[in-house]
Amino acid sequence: MSNIGSYDERIKNFSWAIAEQELDYKPGNVINIGWYCSDRICQMGKADKLGLIWEGQGGVEKKYTYNDIRIATNTIGQFLRDLGIKPEDRVCLFMDKIPELYLGFLGILKTGAIAQPLFSAFGDESLFIRLENAQTRAVITQKKHAPKVRKIIEKMPWLEYLIIVDQDPAKPLQQREVALNLEELPKVEKFEIHPTYAESPSVLHYTSGTTGQPKGVKHVHYSLISQYLTSKWVLDLQDDDIYWCTADPGWVTGTSYGIIGAFSNGVTQCVMDSGFSAENWYRFIEKHRITMWYSAPTAIRSLMKAGDEVIKKFDLSCLRHLASVGEPLNSEAVIWSEKVFGKPFLDTYWQTETGSIMISNYPGMKIKPGSMGKPFPGITATVIDADKFEPFGETGKIGLIAIKPGWPSMMRMYWNNEETYKNKFKNGWYLPGDRSSIDNEGYFWFVGRDDDVINTGGHLVSPFEVESALLEHPAVAESAVVAKPDFVNMEVVKAFVTLKPGFVGSKDLDLDIMNFVRKKLSPLAMPQEIEFIDSLPKTRSGKIMRRILHAKEWGEEIGDTSTLEND
Amino acid sequence: MEDMKEIIKQYVINEYVEDDSEVTFDTPLISGGIVDSFSMVSLKRFLENKYKISIPDDKATPEAFDSVNKICLLVNEYLK
Repeated sequence: MSNIGSYDERIKNFSWAIAEQELDYKPGNVINIGWYCSDRICQMGKADKLGLIWEGQGGVEKKYTYNDIRIATNTIGQFLRDLGIKPEDRVCLFMDKIPELYLGFLGILKTGAIAQPLFSAFGDESLFIRLENAQTRAVITQKKHAPKVRKIIEKMPWLEYLIIVDQDPAKPLQQREVALNLEELPKVEKFEIHPTYAESPSVLHYTSGTTGQPKGVKHVHYSLISQYLTSKWVLDLQDDDIYWCTADPGWVTGTSYGIIGAFSNGVTQCVMDSGFSAENWYRFIEKHRITMWYSAPTAIRSLMKAGDEVIKKFDLSCLRHLASVGEPLNSEAVIWSEKVFGKPFLDTYWQTETGSIMISNYPGMKIKPGSMGKPFPGITATVIDADKFEPFGETGKIGLIAIKPGWPSMMRMYWNNEETYKNKFKNGWYLPGDRSSIDNEGYFWFVGRDDDVINTGGHLVSPFEVESALLEHPAVAESAVVAKPDFVNMEVVKAFVTLKPGFVGSKDLDLDIMNFVRKKLSPLAMPQEIEFIDSLPKTRSGKIMRRILHAKEWGEEIGDTSTLEND
Repeated sequence: MEDMKEIIKQYVINEYVEDDSEVTFDTPLISGGIVDSFSMVSLKRFLENKYKISIPDDKATPEAFDSVNKICLLVNEYLK
């Protein structure tokens, strides 16, 4: 029997108080995610239960019981407090998926500070923009990523500490640097957890938009209510589950469901910190007897590409429930997973700003392959007319996805960017920026983004950010960046570039520009294809018409070109 | 072959390694997290430019790119 039972019954009788009661939380009381994910589980009699099984490069393994997690997060919390970190200070986690990332996240929350996770593949420019916006007080990182911070540290007088978790004791630390060796620090059995409340800030995740710089999405400790319940009802986390969320906590799935949802439900979760290979992933599932697997369409399509033969080498009968997030899951992937694993990947839809799953397919509910599913109980979602911002009176029409604000994990603001935050709401609806339709049985069907943001491998890339980086390359005069269709990643970055006088397009220049963007921003933002052209399509007022380039890539009609320069 | 190995190893170190980590001819590049799947595209482009070959997309797999030694085997297939 699944945790959700009957979806229709849950809809009829839903209240967020269900989660509050299960978590013994009463409105007005203290609520601290760090405590709920460690101390509370110990108090429930599960102190000796394994909470985290971590596997690193070369098969190195570390295991943590919930009591280990409680003590380690206390220890990190005390370390930060001793440094002078105060509630609501921003503390950045800039690490691979090592145990200190998971433990550090909860340790930061226990002090009342705000955890700011950033993807460890970010280049120095991406890192600087986000640390500057948040005025981050400390960065916790590994020695392998420290050089990227050192490169920009002189520009960041507000950054007081660069904390390195695996510092070689023989090597001297530089100014502002501190070593945090968790295994050598005195273990802190008792830690005074900062009394945070429902609206106390907890996490700051950065996401990209079409224009402007990345936005810091502020979440609060009350988000736990949504994250706990959606983990229980959608991911169907049960006490004896061995759970694997493949997402990196540099992104929201990795924190909402790779840390908060998993640990607040007291399950055992496995983390693999190594690169992708189909064989390695299947081996990991078999070895740890994974029962619940939450992954992403890009990974699923990569597994499809690797073929079915490799699956036969492993016993994957342990898998009980599969779900997917990040971008729409195509029907072929759903059908394939049912064929090879005996169960379909259930698509879930949400985003950084929503903090938890909004629309989903549920255990036990009829699955329509390719559909996003239906709104989570307690979520009022619909599709609205893009001009009037009102719901359509009939099914089947394509419009903007709209959600009634008010669920617990809704973002509370964009950091230092109130205007953009306000623009996300129209006529009393929150607009995630995606288009879809609803069929006559209430299932949502994804159509695409409503803006130029590129969704590559489930991560949003701002064309503006890539274009800005391209312009810093000595050969580039102008640039326009659009999404290009891709089987595995759904979309990849494609750049159209005009060159400065004296430069000629060549394969070597192409590679040089790719690497330039990769190091400055991130591998995700690196154009996978660069086309050198003589001029970019522009309006008569000089604005680059990305729409025309996008249509060309997707084989679509170009549409109205009446404002095109030289038309 | 030894020259090729050294050239590719140096390229990987210069382009994808931030600190002073050691890279050998057998160091796992993809499964070891040194080169991610997105960056593989730039590594493939480098090999194609350097050795004037074209590696089909379906041959540029994480497994085939997982070490300098494996990359050299792949490149040699297309040099012939």
